[in-house]
Amino acid sequence: MNRHLISAGDLSRDDAVLVLDTAEELASVEGRPIRKLPTLRGMTVVNLFYEDSTRTRTSFEAAAKRLSADVINFSAKGSSVAKGESLKDTALTLEAMGADAVVIRHQASGAPRRLTDWVSGRVINAGDGTHEHPTQALLDAFTIRQRLGATAIRAGATGGQNPGGGPDVRGQGLDGIRVTIVGDILHSRVARSNVLLLSTLGAQVTVVAPPTLMPYAVETWPCRSGYDLDAELRKSDVVMMLRVQQERMSAAYFPTVREYRRRYGLGTGRMALLPEHAIVMHPGPMNRGVEIAAEVADSPRSTIVAQVANGVTVRMAVLYLMLGGATEETS
Amino acid sequence: MPRAGQPGPDGPHGPGSAGSAGWKAVLTPEEIRRALTRIAHEILERTHGGEGIVLLGIPTRGVYLARRLAARIGEFEGTAAPVGSLDVTMHRDDLRLRPARALQRTQVPPGGVDGKTVVLVDDVLFSGRTIRAALDALNDLGRPRAVQLAVLVDRGHRELPIRADYVGKNLPTAYREKVRVQLAEIDGEDSVLLGEEDQ
Repeated sequence: MNRHLISAGDLSRDDAVLVLDTAEELASVEGRPIRKLPTLRGMTVVNLFYEDSTRTRTSFEAAAKRLSADVINFSAKGSSVAKGESLKDTALTLEAMGADAVVIRHQASGAPRRLTDWVSGRVINAGDGTHEHPTQALLDAFTIRQRLGATAIRAGATGGQNPGGGPDVRGQGLDGIRVTIVGDILHSRVARSNVLLLSTLGAQVTVVAPPTLMPYAVETWPCRSGYDLDAELRKSDVVMMLRVQQERMSAAYFPTVREYRRRYGLGTGRMALLPEHAIVMHPGPMNRGVEIAAEVADSPRSTIVAQVANGVTVRMAVLYLMLGGATEETS
Repeated sequence: MPRAGQPGPDGPHGPGSAGSAGWKAVLTPEEIRRALTRIAHEILERTHGGEGIVLLGIPTRGVYLARRLAARIGEFEGTAAPVGSLDVTMHRDDLRLRPARALQRTQVPPGGVDGKTVVLVDDVLFSGRTIRAALDALNDLGRPRAVQLAVLVDRGHRELPIRADYVGKNLPTAYREKVRVQLAEIDGEDSVLLGEEDQ
């Protein structure tokens, strides 16, 4: 693993598979009478959140606590940040408190990278502006592998041995799995991280968006792009719906919500176009009735609840791999 | 963990890389087979016919040894003994000495460990630190009635007050020497080798 986790693009295929395999093992902790491991005892993880977040922050907090780390939550509201403290000064404060890892969410793209200059602990990007959200991509990859791993084995990927019998997805990437990411690609850090990570793992990614929400130079991304959702759905194993992020939309990107829903929303009619085994994902929080219909979100194809549960185990894996070993990578 | 190295950071070694010059075979495949058969009989004797036992192998090679013991116990008594694996990585005391390592699989048989006699199975008993970690890991899984330890090789140099209940072979070694257990399931052949790793 790298020293910091800023971008999903920093992860090699081996790194990513290691995270997923570690999470696979840690998932079994959930079913035990004592859902706690002593591994990060005595370590301090700071959650530094400049933006509102429920699921990511609580997910990181639960993950760190399951590994016995001490957690300090630091949110911009009601802290000295509200009084105008700069990121650097906050970082120096955290440094003085001896943070072993800082989990940061910030509205400015690049803030986590900047933070690495100021703290000696590990920095984990929990979403920065419209840049990246690598742990979301990891948990999405984990969910896809869990649900569709057998498909990948059928596609001829080299399988690991499973002493216990049954399908073993460990060691596997996502080779040959077709993922379509739909919605506000322009502003979505989830889309960016997923495109990078899923393509590293061998998936074929397609992004679909209204022309106004398609990023400039999307052709340089390791994915295909298109504007016709119905055509893509027919050949997708995974469809990932993105939230329409009203808070980031300073201009009129589409005429009305109704028109967006009609062309890019996932309703039951459109869901019927998907192949039999295909799954529907959403990073949350959802706008039911906008990008995804309630019946779709609650259907058995939807992995939305599983994604939240997997978030904790994947973040446990990330924290363990970054903090559990020797302090210096090369020692 | 494959326990072939020093206590503490035991360096990773590629399976099958041994067998070259400098390594001396101390147990042949037949001797390993006989030792396991004897241990299986001893377990049955000490647990009154294997009543309520659960065999838990410590990855990697302990798992294969546990399976072999379970198979023998099944042959002798006609009822298969529940067998599983117990990864101790997250409970090791030397985690911070090396980069984070990949986790191995923990699989507890369906009956769980509560009230059972758990027999931990490992290939080499050395410092005893792996077993200490295993006892901690087991603690999180439930409350066994008793815990016993079976090892293929006891090479001495204990650093903790831990003793094996069943030993395939007591092997006096120098501290700097290494013991390498190879098993057909992953290494292609059965053997126990003694030697010094040139580093």
